[in-house]
Amino acid sequence: MADNTMGTSPAHSSGTPPAIELRGIDKRFGAVHANKSIDLVVERGHIHGIVGENGAGKSTLMSILYGFYEADAGEILVNGEAVRITESRDAIRHGIGMVHQHFMLVDVFTVIENVILGAEDGPLLRESVARARRSLKELAEKYHLEVDPDAVVGQLPVGAQQRVEILKALYRSAEILILDEPTGVLTPQEADHLFRVLARLRDEGKTIILITHKLREIMAITDRVSVMRQGQMVAHRVTKETSPAELGELMVGRKIVTQISRANKAPGETRLTVEKLQVRDPNGVERVKGVSFSVRGGEIVGIAGVSGNGQTELLEALSGIRRPSNGTIAVSGQTIFPAAQYAPHILAHHKVRHVPEDRQRMGLVTAFTATECMMLGDEDDPAYHQKNGILIDWQKVAKDAATKMSAFDVRPMAPGLKTANFSGGNQQKIILAREMERNPDVLLVGQPTRGVDIGAIEFIHRRLLAMRDLGKAILLVSVELDEIFALSDRILVMFDGHIVGEVPAAEANEKKLGLLMAGVTQDAAE
Amino acid sequence: MSKNAPSGPLPRWMELGLLPLLNLLLALVVSGLVIVAIGENPFDALVSLVQGAVGSEEGIGYTLYYATDMIFVGLAVAMAFHCGMFNIGCEGQAYVAGLGVALVCLYLDFLPWFIVVPIAMIGGIVFGALWAAIPGWLQARRGSHIVITTIMFNFISYAMMNYLLVHVLIKRGQMSPESRTFAPHTALPMMDSALGAIGIHITETPLNTSIFWAIACLVFVWLFLWHTRWGYAIRVVGTNPKAAVYGGIEPGRQIIIAMILSGALVSGVAINEVMGAQQKLQIGFTEGYGFTGIAVALMGRNHPFGILLASLLFGALIQGGGALSFDMPNISREMVWVIQGLVILFTGALESMFRPALTRFAASLKARATEPAKAA
Repeated sequence: MADNTMGTSPAHSSGTPPAIELRGIDKRFGAVHANKSIDLVVERGHIHGIVGENGAGKSTLMSILYGFYEADAGEILVNGEAVRITESRDAIRHGIGMVHQHFMLVDVFTVIENVILGAEDGPLLRESVARARRSLKELAEKYHLEVDPDAVVGQLPVGAQQRVEILKALYRSAEILILDEPTGVLTPQEADHLFRVLARLRDEGKTIILITHKLREIMAITDRVSVMRQGQMVAHRVTKETSPAELGELMVGRKIVTQISRANKAPGETRLTVEKLQVRDPNGVERVKGVSFSVRGGEIVGIAGVSGNGQTELLEALSGIRRPSNGTIAVSGQTIFPAAQYAPHILAHHKVRHVPEDRQRMGLVTAFTATECMMLGDEDDPAYHQKNGILIDWQKVAKDAATKMSAFDVRPMAPGLKTANFSGGNQQKIILAREMERNPDVLLVGQPTRGVDIGAIEFIHRRLLAMRDLGKAILLVSVELDEIFALSDRILVMFDGHIVGEVPAAEANEKKLGLLMAGVTQDAAE
Repeated sequence: MSKNAPSGPLPRWMELGLLPLLNLLLALVVSGLVIVAIGENPFDALVSLVQGAVGSEEGIGYTLYYATDMIFVGLAVAMAFHCGMFNIGCEGQAYVAGLGVALVCLYLDFLPWFIVVPIAMIGGIVFGALWAAIPGWLQARRGSHIVITTIMFNFISYAMMNYLLVHVLIKRGQMSPESRTFAPHTALPMMDSALGAIGIHITETPLNTSIFWAIACLVFVWLFLWHTRWGYAIRVVGTNPKAAVYGGIEPGRQIIIAMILSGALVSGVAINEVMGAQQKLQIGFTEGYGFTGIAVALMGRNHPFGILLASLLFGALIQGGGALSFDMPNISREMVWVIQGLVILFTGALESMFRPALTRFAASLKARATEPAKAA
């Protein structure tokens, strides 16, 4: 099945057996055939990338390897020996460790307590802690995994939390590390740090399996790469001998356009004006510290910044979810804050719509069908009601949902399907369809393509640009610099609650923005 | 893919039919073992239980009368559940609702029946709703957990009703803490007299016309939750409060509304008991139905249709259990509670026990159904 152009055959030519070999792994979930007879060889001491769109079956495959699921058929060989892995304990015993996309840490415990959790030596913690302290120190020195062992995990930055996850696996003497989309939550700097750690681990003889959908990471760090598409392993490549274009094509099954051409257009009148906006988080900490900017019709203003510098709170304040503590907000010249009533439906009334950063927890009710979700925020719209004004006309809602879903090419075209059962990209398309088809004047967009596959990214970018060309004002918050570059007309950089710089898209480059994002002021940066 | 796409782990007929049936069967098997253990014949016991519940006109009447209470409580629990809350204060809310009913029936009985009957029902609804609204408000605005507050409110209601019945509402010159019997025109017509009026004669039982109110409530809850925007808002809050905030729905408001509706629904117990069956306010008239109803909601999957079926089952269990302890003196009243408890345990608390096995079974069925199609 797999088209194999690796130098070595899967049966490995060298003397040492591969760290991991999967043979004919097959897994079904009801009607969904998630893994179709997968073969995979991961050589020892390699960083092996697995790429594929969301729903291609990468995570299922790794869950089988780590014992979360049991394969319906197929064999797993670790170091050349056939093993049975029915729970993660088996995987750990065979030296397999996993760093999950969403960390499995106890926030209120210290680093050391998290590391020994489940690997205690005996009923008394003292000795375990002492041993762990020594071993953490060694590991930290050896692999550049510096973390304060006594820090409380919940107070550590995300990058450090991830290092704790890696330490946990190493402490359990993992020889093979699986990392599932490890950079999804990291800043570029943190991602670089992670890659240095991974390279170091490889040099020390560890084997690493890196699951990602970011081709840039594959090219930067892996030795070999395997591509999955629709539950099948479609190709194995030596990274040096392939290119992002080839991998992208293998993933999607067709050619993809990474750079979308954009029309040059003079921006129109000012749609959104924000002045001296201050926003506090639920703990009363000021997260947006007096921010002023405006967005005009026909332009996309991108807000770049390392995640956690106030972008989330800014978006929440602008969309009415969180009440600002100070400042003014005006839409099309009309002041909407300060006002006694300030909530999402009031902004919707002023033709401001919002695509939230967190689609599963905020944008959708995943237990609801696509039809039900299409009404979220608009359930008071009389167009959705029967003539009596009391009952919902579900036929109308379903028809509306179907129209909007087909306009955004949502697959499967099943308005009656629960949104939890759509892939990430299609969930995002459902939200975009709901918000964009309402024809807003101002669109607030947070991380529109986070965790979304390449095909869908291209589609979503096209749609946002088309909307801009229609003269709409779009405020884009994204931690993906590529996305900011691809879409924005102007780029604002947020750092520590302030806008520390504004760069026209034409003059922007990664270095310039990177410095601003790190808090180096604009004057110094130039 | 569209229609055959998996919308859940189990096909509907298994989720709503086979799974509850298996759970019930297991409960009966374990109950049978218990009965064997005390030296009685479990099959005789089952016959006696079923006979007692549905074997006679009288049995059916009592079964439906108990089922009426179960419907109200089941709906009340479901309403709160769909807003993400566990209302275990139904007992207290029904109790206080009884006060609302009784006050109207006792002190406004100079009014003609067509005025006093609706006012008494409204009185019960308002009292029940207010008693539930306070924990709702505390949850929404002060973050006090609804489970804790509703439990506490049960105790407050017991104490308050004790005081009122012993010191205030008690009929002068009697020992038992209960009010005087209401004037007949203030009470709900009993089913035998209501049907008698149109020429149908049935045995006299506590079954009364409040069962029609229960049926109306079943339809109302179904329409409200799944076919109105207000019910939609409540369900969004119950499933994903963050999405609710994003969509402009204020969760606190929905929580209070859901608790008011929950209390209003559970007041049906007071209407059935105080205004219908007993026609006076008695101490402890709720008899723990407010707790049994939680199992009804669980077993009925918080859906009105499921609640109807579960209510009929529990009504039959309560009535049949009484008959059983009468027929077989070895099986005491407490023994019957054990059997009811087992049914609650297996259908409520352990309702997912067979789920993994059934899911595998369903998957294998599907695989078998699709494979020949592929081969062809």
